Amino acid sequence: MPISEPHHRNAIIEQELARAGLADIEAKIRTHERLSADDGLRLYASHDLPALAYLANLVREERHGDTTYYVRNQHINYTNVCNKLCKFCSFYVKSKDERGYVLSPQQISQRILGYGDVPITEIHMVGGVNPKLPYSYYLEVLQAMKEARPAAHLKAFTMIELAQIQRAAKKPLEEVLVDLKNAGLESLPGGGAEVFSERVHETLFWTKSDSDDWLRIAAAAHKAGLPTNATMLYGHVENTEEKVYHLTRLREVQDETDGFLAYIPLSFHPERTEIDQLPGPTGALDLKEIAVGRLMLDNFPHVKTFWIMNTIEISQVALWYGANDIDGTIMDYEITRESFEETQQRLTQQQLLDRIVEAGRRPVERDSLYSIVGDATALTGEAGG
Amino acid sequence: MIDDIAQKVYSGVRLEAEDARRLLAHPNLAELGMLAHWVRHQRHPDPVVTYNVGRNINYTNVCWVKCDFCAFYRAPGSDEGYVLPHEEIFAKIDELVAFGGEEPKSCEILMQGGLNPKLRLDYYEDLLTQITQRYPMVQLHCLSATEIIYIAHLSRLSLEETVTRLRAAGLDSIPGAGAEILNDDVRDVIGFRKDRTAEWLEVHRVAHGLDMRTTATMMYGHVETVEHRIEHMQLLRDLQDETGGFTAFITWNFQPEFTDLGADVQRWSGFKATGFDHLRTVAVSRLFLDNIASLQASWVTQGPRIAQVSLRYGVNDFGSTMLEENVVSAAGTSHVNDMDLAAMERLIKDAGYEPKRRNTRYELVATPPQLQALNKAS
Repeated sequence: MPISEPHHRNAIIEQELARAGLADIEAKIRTHERLSADDGLRLYASHDLPALAYLANLVREERHGDTTYYVRNQHINYTNVCNKLCKFCSFYVKSKDERGYVLSPQQISQRILGYGDVPITEIHMVGGVNPKLPYSYYLEVLQAMKEARPAAHLKAFTMIELAQIQRAAKKPLEEVLVDLKNAGLESLPGGGAEVFSERVHETLFWTKSDSDDWLRIAAAAHKAGLPTNATMLYGHVENTEEKVYHLTRLREVQDETDGFLAYIPLSFHPERTEIDQLPGPTGALDLKEIAVGRLMLDNFPHVKTFWIMNTIEISQVALWYGANDIDGTIMDYEITRESFEETQQRLTQQQLLDRIVEAGRRPVERDSLYSIVGDATALTGEAGG
Repeated sequence: MIDDIAQKVYSGVRLEAEDARRLLAHPNLAELGMLAHWVRHQRHPDPVVTYNVGRNINYTNVCWVKCDFCAFYRAPGSDEGYVLPHEEIFAKIDELVAFGGEEPKSCEILMQGGLNPKLRLDYYEDLLTQITQRYPMVQLHCLSATEIIYIAHLSRLSLEETVTRLRAAGLDSIPGAGAEILNDDVRDVIGFRKDRTAEWLEVHRVAHGLDMRTTATMMYGHVETVEHRIEHMQLLRDLQDETGGFTAFITWNFQPEFTDLGADVQRWSGFKATGFDHLRTVAVSRLFLDNIASLQASWVTQGPRIAQVSLRYGVNDFGSTMLEENVVSAAGTSHVNDMDLAAMERLIKDAGYEPKRRNTRYELVATPPQLQALNKAS
């Protein structure tokens, strides 16, 4: 069924889309015709933010109506020791550094029990690539987590960490995934994708596995019954062609596996990284990434605006640029706290709900697999002021 | 649905208060943005965003009005009160001029201060005259309506006579500060000693009548309702119909930190207005204020991200480089140090526009700002 013509349509909208040069792309969107890489380049080249919002919102509302998902989760970073030395990261330390830490399974368990009375549904755990950790460590950590909070969904490990876990295991990836699943792993967060480009790869994260590897591991996880998200870190040295390539590669893998839940564009923050001479992305780019992601990734169910990196101001606006998920009230998020204090790390649940309601959207708490938590109709958010 | 309102905009039919009411309740930022941007494009078809080289100078912080939304003032008698000596004001202007260059009336000084009972008309006449004589490249965009009313009162002169004498001393134009929300019930709650709605409007009417240009502002996000915002815009639009003297409209939200109002749970909800609200408010302003040529971005309060995005929601001007700002900055949130000219130009270009320098009258200025001079000064 095409998205019907009279829906949100008037002479000004028509003229604005025509002036933006996006009328043909609109026709494709309404008839569910897949956008080409060239369409992606044109969307990125457009400065007409409201026109981009309009197009992305057609898709967002067709899929999700007004629903805006949020999740309550706890973040754990089991180690900050990392041998990847990515220039865009302010979190890692080298193995000899005295600030380096590794949390034991017991310590992780205690952290989880410490939040025992907070109604979270998910534990999100990632860390550095630390070659000192044996395979058994990862399995023990997962088991300890599951024991500490059996009802919480365990989402852990980027593809980069999985590559390291496989090296430590010295077994085929498929077997490792089965072991991890048996130990309690339920999904993967999708970080570490950065930008699928050899050029960017060489410049910023040459030690990391390449994009083919990231996609291969993600596909293997999907086939093992572990859904993942997919990210893209933008606003550093990448160019538009590379971003479009990134999105089309994700779309291809999704056609094959259908294992990606959400796409999450991540706004680069240069503060305290090795490339802090870069100015970082602007608000216009933050919104454009959400919209282009929503339009290009026609086979991804969800697009998330991660407010900790986008700022809550931009994330609220992004609910009209194609985002249907705003992440949640996050505790103990270490990775970007290292680099920018100006973003408030804590937002109460009520503040988050107020924002969603003020934007004319309906807040719905979800779990990790996007099932609704509790009675969605009972949820209310009061916008003040 | 707002298609009927879109049809009015498209046909050039003026919007009613009821239309503004519906738009301010309409959350679809894509549609609001397209409407506002369409109007912006009608008025300013060139892909240009202008900015002004300017500096705020706050000659005194002594003020007996004690508005509860302000964190800048000190009451008369306070140890922390000051009046800047002329030499200090000149030194600040020297820095601005080194940056802004020599083109006549191209560098804007926005000089404002508290209502200081010790300063009479002769103080202002003397200061303005000296600045005018020394600095032909400076545009004196000074003294809010509130200050002018008080100067007139202290000197027992009519408003018209006061403005005429200030203008003769060198005052070029008047900033729109102090409008807050033009509704006396609201003013009673947030700053009851302040001038009344009719008084603020009268100063601008008188200035326009003397062929001076002024700007108009709105500070929202405190105790006002949507109705008050609409009433405010209606009053500005009516006066503009009468005089045509407003060059621009600038709106920003109440900054609560360190203010009495921000600390008062009886009067303030604690809900600081959001970037979403800002984009919607500027878009509706662009649509409703059909007789005011320019809308300025409010980067000091909104920060670079939302200020940039507002350029696609009806805003066509980035405001002043503001080498110095003290009043909003006293209330906590300020982005005044995040923004230099290079950052401002990058934001404008990244939004798809060419940055161009203008003067206070919105005429383009050919001289580019002297970045080296600025680096030296700081």
